[in-house]
Amino acid sequence: MSGIQEHGDDHGHHHKETFVTKYIFSQDHKMIAKQYLITGLIMGFIGIAMSLMFRMQLAWPGQSFAIFETLLGKWAPGGVMDADVYLALVTIHGTIMVFFVLTAGLSGTFSNLLIPLQIGARDMASGFLNMISYWLFFLSAVIMLCSLFVEAGPASAGWTVYPPLSALPMAQSGSGMGMTLWLTSMAIFIASSLLGSLNYIVTVINLRTKGMSMTRLPLTIWAFLVTAIIGVVSFPVLFSAALLLIMDRSFGTSFFLSDIFIQGEVLHYQGGSPVLYEHLFWFLGHPEVYIVILPAMGIVSEIMANNARKPIFGYRAMIMSIIAIAFLSTIVWGHHMFISGMNPFLGSVFTFTTLLIAIPSAVKAFNWITTIWKGNLQMNPAMLFSIGFVSTFISGGLTGIVLGDSTLDINVHDTYFVVAHFHLVMGISALYGLLAGVYHWFPKMFGKMMNKNLGYVHFWITAVCAYGVFFPMHFVGMAGVPRRYYENTAFPMFDELTDVNILITVFALVAGLAQLVFVGNFIYSIFYGKKAEQNPWKANTLEWTTPVEHIHGNWPGEIPHVYRWSYDYSKTKENGEYVLPGQDYVPQNVPLQDGEEALEH
Amino acid sequence: MTTFLTITVLVLIAIAIWQMTKIFELSQLSATKNEVATDKDNKYNGYLMFAFLIFIYGITIFSFYEYTKMLLPEAGSAHGADYDNLMLVSFIIIFFVQTITQFLLHYFAFKYRGEKGKKALFYAENHKLEFIWTIIPVIVLAGLILWGLYSWTNIMDINEDDDPLIVELYAQQFNWTARYGGEDNVLGEASVRMIDIDKANILGLDESDPNAADDVIVKELHLPVGRKVNFKMRSQDVLHSAYMPHFRAQMNCVPGMVTQFSFTPIRTTAEMRLDPDVIDKVKRANKIRAERAAEGIPNNDPWEYDYILLCNKICGKSHYNMQMKIIVETQEEYDKWMASQKTFSGAAVAGE
Repeated sequence: MSGIQEHGDDHGHHHKETFVTKYIFSQDHKMIAKQYLITGLIMGFIGIAMSLMFRMQLAWPGQSFAIFETLLGKWAPGGVMDADVYLALVTIHGTIMVFFVLTAGLSGTFSNLLIPLQIGARDMASGFLNMISYWLFFLSAVIMLCSLFVEAGPASAGWTVYPPLSALPMAQSGSGMGMTLWLTSMAIFIASSLLGSLNYIVTVINLRTKGMSMTRLPLTIWAFLVTAIIGVVSFPVLFSAALLLIMDRSFGTSFFLSDIFIQGEVLHYQGGSPVLYEHLFWFLGHPEVYIVILPAMGIVSEIMANNARKPIFGYRAMIMSIIAIAFLSTIVWGHHMFISGMNPFLGSVFTFTTLLIAIPSAVKAFNWITTIWKGNLQMNPAMLFSIGFVSTFISGGLTGIVLGDSTLDINVHDTYFVVAHFHLVMGISALYGLLAGVYHWFPKMFGKMMNKNLGYVHFWITAVCAYGVFFPMHFVGMAGVPRRYYENTAFPMFDELTDVNILITVFALVAGLAQLVFVGNFIYSIFYGKKAEQNPWKANTLEWTTPVEHIHGNWPGEIPHVYRWSYDYSKTKENGEYVLPGQDYVPQNVPLQDGEEALEH
Repeated sequence: MTTFLTITVLVLIAIAIWQMTKIFELSQLSATKNEVATDKDNKYNGYLMFAFLIFIYGITIFSFYEYTKMLLPEAGSAHGADYDNLMLVSFIIIFFVQTITQFLLHYFAFKYRGEKGKKALFYAENHKLEFIWTIIPVIVLAGLILWGLYSWTNIMDINEDDDPLIVELYAQQFNWTARYGGEDNVLGEASVRMIDIDKANILGLDESDPNAADDVIVKELHLPVGRKVNFKMRSQDVLHSAYMPHFRAQMNCVPGMVTQFSFTPIRTTAEMRLDPDVIDKVKRANKIRAERAAEGIPNNDPWEYDYILLCNKICGKSHYNMQMKIIVETQEEYDKWMASQKTFSGAAVAGE
C-alpha cells in the first residue's frame, strides 16, 4: 500500500512504455478492464451465434441451412445439424455465456475499471497478479475455443458436465479430447478468477482513500467486493470437482463412477457417486449465478441513482441484501438436485433456504422502484438498460418461487420452464447490467461517447425480443418439453408447440441482429465517437474526477479525499436550494457545505 | 460458394450499419453534441416505457390465450391434484406481483421522465416502508414454504403401506425397460455386473435369487388404475431421468444406486382419451401431422393419446428420443396382460 501511495504522490515522471507493456502485458487496471471487456464481448458474440444456430434447429428441425454447412462443416452434412453437435452447441453456449461473458466479461471488466477509480486508489493492490489473471483468462478462452476444432467434437454433456456422461468417451463422442480441453480450460479459468477476486478484495479493504469509509462506498464497489468473496469461497470447490473428474477420466479412480455397463462390457469403476459431483458442482454453480448477477445489481444501482438524479433508496438495506443474498447463495445449491436421488429431507431444507433468498431480492426490487419514484429521470441508454434489468429481474425472479419449491420442481425440472427462468433472471438481466455498464462507463474507458440514438435502437429491439423469446418459453416448459432435446418431433404431444418454437426463434434472430447495432456503435465510437467531457453524466463518484486521458496512477496530483457518500443527488439545504448552487449533484470529494445537514447512512 | 455468399452478406450488413451511423451522425449535427439524453429523448423514451408496459401485458395475455391449451392435461395421479393446486396458487401470486411491480416500474419511468429544471425528491430512506416490503414477502413465502414442504413430504414418503405394486424402471442409452416383481411382487437382486447378453439377461438379474425367477421384464409399462406403484429406478451407464409429466412425477436414474418415486395412477388411458382437453389436443396435433404427411415427411401417422415416460437428463446423442409408452388400465385388463408375459426364468428357458 505504502509503495503505491508514495509512487502516486510523486507523479511528475513517466515510465517509458512500449506497445507491449501498454497494450498487451499491461499492469494498468484500466487497460486490463478493456482487455477483459473486449475478450468478453468476442466470446459473447460466439456464444450468442451458437444459440441462434440451435434455435434455428429447434424451430425448423432437420431442415438444411447453408449457414450450418459453412460453420459446422462435417457436423452438418448437407446443411442438416447433427444431434451430437446440437448438444455441443448447447454445452459450449452455456459455458461461454456463464463463465466467459457474464463472469469474466462483466465482473472482470467493471471490477478492474471501477474498484481503483471509485475508491480512490492509484491501481489494484497487485498490478502484476491482475495482469496474470487476465492472461490466464485469455489462455482459458483460447483453449475453450480450440476445443471446438477437436476431431471428435467439443464437450457436449451440458454445461454442468455431469459424469458419467462427461467421464466416458464411449458414452458420447464429445467426452474424449473435447472434454479434456473443457476441463483444462475451466481449471485455468478458476485460477484466473481466484487471482482476480483476491486482488479485488485486498484492494477494496486496503486502498480506500482518506474518508472513504465502508458506508460511503458506492454500491458498485460493495457488489464487486461481495462477488469476489463468494468467488473465493466457491470456485475452489469447482476446481476440486474438475480435478476429481479429470482423475476419474484419466487415472482410473472412482470418485463419481460406479457399476457401469456400457457398449457390452462392465467397467471397473466401483463405489463412486455422480450425486457427489452434483453437490460439488452446484456448490459453485449456484453461487455462480449470484457472481453473475451481483455486479450487475451494483452497476444498476449506481446508474439508476445517477440518472434518476436521486439517492439510491435504502442504501443500507441494499448493502444488507447484497450480503444476505451472498450468504444464502452458498446454502441453496441443493435446489438443483431435488430429484437427483438425494435424501428428500435435504430437499426440504434447500426449499426453505431457497425461498428465503426471495426476501432480500424483493427488497432490492422495491428499492429500485422507489429510487425512480419522483425522480428526474435522464433516459440515457444506460438508464434504459437499468430499468430493463429491474423488469427482467422481477419477471425471471418470480418464477423462481416455482422452481425453488421442491414439490413444484418435480414436474418442471429440466424443462424449458427452467431455461426461460434462468435466462430472464440471470442471463438477460446480467447482460443488461453489462450493457448498461458499457454505455455508462464508455466515456471513462475510451474517452469517447457512444452514439445515444443507436443505443436507443439497440435497447428497444433487445427489450422487446428478450420478452418475446423467454415469455412464451415458460409455456413450452409447462407443456412438458425437456431441455437439451435435439428435436421434439419424436413426441406427437409436442407437435402443436412447433409454432411457439418458430416465434421464439424469430425473436431470437432479430435480437441477435440488434446486437450488431451495438457492435457497430461500440467499434465506431472508439475511433470516431464524440470526445467525452470529464463528467458527462454529472455523477458524484470519484472516477469522474480523473482526467479524460488515461494516466498511470489515475489522478495527476493528489488522490482526492472523500467527505460524503456517493448519492447526494438533488440534495437541498434547509432553504430549499441545492447544496451547490446551480447543480443538482455533490461529488464525493466536496466537503460538507454551510447549512447542509450531515446525514449518516 | 455459400461461404462467399455468407461473407458478402456479412459485409453488406456491416456497411449498412456503418451507413446508418453516418445518417444518424448527419441528422444530428444541429442537435445535441454530447450524446447525453435531452428533454426530447427523455420524453420519447418515457412514452416508450409506457408502451413497453402495454407490450408486457399484451404478450402475457396473448401467451395465456394462445398457449394455455397446450399445457399438460389434468393430472393422472393421486398427488397430481395437490401439485396442480399449489402451482395455481403460486401462479396467482406471481402474476399479482408481476402486474403490480411492472406497472410501478414502467409507470414511474414514464411519469418522472426528466425535464430541465425539474427537481428530484431527495428521498433516501424510510424504515417503515422497507419493513413493510420485507415482511409481506416473508409472510407469503412462509405460507408457500409450509404448503410446499407438506406436499413434498407426502409425495416423497415412499413406504410399503397399501400393498403397492413394485416396478423397476431401468434406463440405458437410449431406451427404457421395466421389470415387475411377478407373483411375489418382490424384485430379484440385480447388478450390472451380472449382465449376460448371451443369456438375454439384459438387466443383470441374479439367477440364483429365487425372487428373480418370476420377475417380468417388459418394454411397455402397464399399470393398474387405483393401485399405488413404487418405482425403483436404476441406470446402467449414465444419468437419466424418468420423467412422467402426466403424473407430475420425475426422478433421476443414477448408476450405482437405486432411486425411488411413488404415485397412484387414478385415470386409465381410456379415460384420458375421453377428456375434452385431450381430445382437442389430439385433434390439433393430428391436423399438423396430416399436413406434414401430405408433404411427404415420414413418421407422421395419426396420433392417439398415451401416457409417456421421457428421459429428462441429458444422456447422449439420442437423448431426444428415449421414451416408453405407459398404459394405465383396469385391474382385469392388467391381469390379463400380465398373464400373457413371460417370466425371467421362463424367458431364459425359452432362450436356451
